[in-house]
Amino acid sequence: MNELIAIFRRELAGYFATPLAFVFIVIFLFTMGAFTFYMGGYFESNQADLSIFFNFHPWLYLFLIPAISMRLWAEERRTGSIELLLSLPVPLWSAVLGKFLAAWVFSGIALLLTFPVWLTVNYLGDPDNGAVLAGYIGSFLMAGGYLAIGSCLSAITSNQVIAFVISVVVCFLFTVSGLPIVIDFFSGWAPQQVVNTIASFSFLTHSQAITQGVIDLRDFIFFATLIAAWLVACGIVVDMKKAG
Amino acid sequence: MTDAMIEIDGLTKRFGPFTAVDGISFSVARGEVLGFLGPNGAGKSTTMKMITGFLSPSDGKASICGHDVVADTLAAQRQLGYLPEGAPAYGDMTPRGFLRFVAHIRRLRGAEADKAIDRAVEATELRYVLEQPIDTLSKGFRRRVGLAQSILHNPPVLIMDEPTDGLDPNQKYEVRRLINNMAAEKAIIISTHILEEVDAICTRAVIIDRGHVVADGTPAALMARSRYHNAVSLTLGENLTVAAAEALKALPGIASIEVIPRGTETTLTLFSHQQGDTSDIAGEVRLIDAVADLVREKGWEVRSLYGEPGRLDEVFRKLTRPDTHVAETPRKGEAAA
Repeated sequence: MNELIAIFRRELAGYFATPLAFVFIVIFLFTMGAFTFYMGGYFESNQADLSIFFNFHPWLYLFLIPAISMRLWAEERRTGSIELLLSLPVPLWSAVLGKFLAAWVFSGIALLLTFPVWLTVNYLGDPDNGAVLAGYIGSFLMAGGYLAIGSCLSAITSNQVIAFVISVVVCFLFTVSGLPIVIDFFSGWAPQQVVNTIASFSFLTHSQAITQGVIDLRDFIFFATLIAAWLVACGIVVDMKKAG
Repeated sequence: MTDAMIEIDGLTKRFGPFTAVDGISFSVARGEVLGFLGPNGAGKSTTMKMITGFLSPSDGKASICGHDVVADTLAAQRQLGYLPEGAPAYGDMTPRGFLRFVAHIRRLRGAEADKAIDRAVEATELRYVLEQPIDTLSKGFRRRVGLAQSILHNPPVLIMDEPTDGLDPNQKYEVRRLINNMAAEKAIIISTHILEEVDAICTRAVIIDRGHVVADGTPAALMARSRYHNAVSLTLGENLTVAAAEALKALPGIASIEVIPRGTETTLTLFSHQQGDTSDIAGEVRLIDAVADLVREKGWEVRSLYGEPGRLDEVFRKLTRPDTHVAETPRKGEAAA
């Protein structure tokens, strides 16, 4: 636990020690705003809720989250600091978890900074703030899911660009696995059971209900399991690299 | 050896079909500074990475203070300070922040951590750069940050991969002094390309080549394997005349003479018939005494005269060059010339 806290703190401080945090947060907030107010037609919708805002989150996360996660392990491998980290008395799980949690909290900070959107909707109308909170929780969980995937994929390479591209592709598949683009590929030949399973991995499907302000326990479990599974995979990848 | 703090037994590392380290065994006791030598790619760093738990061995065992590095990795790593090759650190941190991070991981807290950091900073003379990001520091300072990190918790076992690489002569001297000061109470392994370093700080040297140990002994014992061991080196302040060379050659016990003119000086290396230990030939006149007498008698201008302990670089080349026996064959390019 001690090691986890040390790594968590170091990683989180690491975001703010470089322009990365600033650049990321500015771009995150800017695109969030642009998507919601211009492309989403937020004002024209005349609805006092944030579903339009939350609907864009998966698509923004798709590109922005791999930008955070790509450095998690790839950079350590490139600079050689991973040799230092793994020769310190640090249990593998606390390194994996500490890095992930730092990235997750960082994305949470960026998400919290969208609060002017929430202020706006409260100024303009009388939204269901419980639903807004649920939307934020759901968005945060989804960010965790993308980060866990990105973290694992960052561990397989020392090249951040490769880590980014592969993460975007895998995250994209998870995002849209409920949509025809993926389902049509399988439905012709795979058993219905398999197709349903693949469809059930869709981030969009699971986040849909949440963006409407409904937190279904199943969606919660889905994201928790997904995060755990990818982090375990990340640990396995890091451990396998020790074998050369 | 009961007080061995680092024990390595048949350590092997294979990367696919390539065997980088092939059954290396040795142990290091408290008070020993082991110089780990070998050409680039011989497997030095790979061996160190296995001992420190960064790489897992394909075969064999390594233990630190009795803790197996594979079965009991964390316990072994707690007893260990490690300076990886190139002294990697987190460049966005300051040395102070970085040392705090390592102290936190090493479970040093509050005043104890501050004391440990002060001590390490003192020993490595980092005080004036403590608040600068590590990325902005010079190579020498970065190396010292790595050193400070490795000695922070005063570990009984220290493993350093090229601790003086890239340092200037003053910094090298400081690092050697630091290692010497700690040597008595620790078991230390340092890898190095600098052979003079072995003589300066190591109590023992292990030479590896292509993953095998090819020599293991004290620096003196290794130097005794040199053909220069017990040779006499004489530098005269004038160009050597044929007569002088003849006079030297006539000395009893001289096997051969190498002459190297250098400017207005001439350096002669005189090889005696006795290549072995000088103590067996106590009855005979030692070659160096004979040379000294001759020099005095002839009234030559002597710049230096000394008995050679042997040359490590020559032993190193002899042991690690695969083509020892065909060394006379001209290399590519030379043949054409």
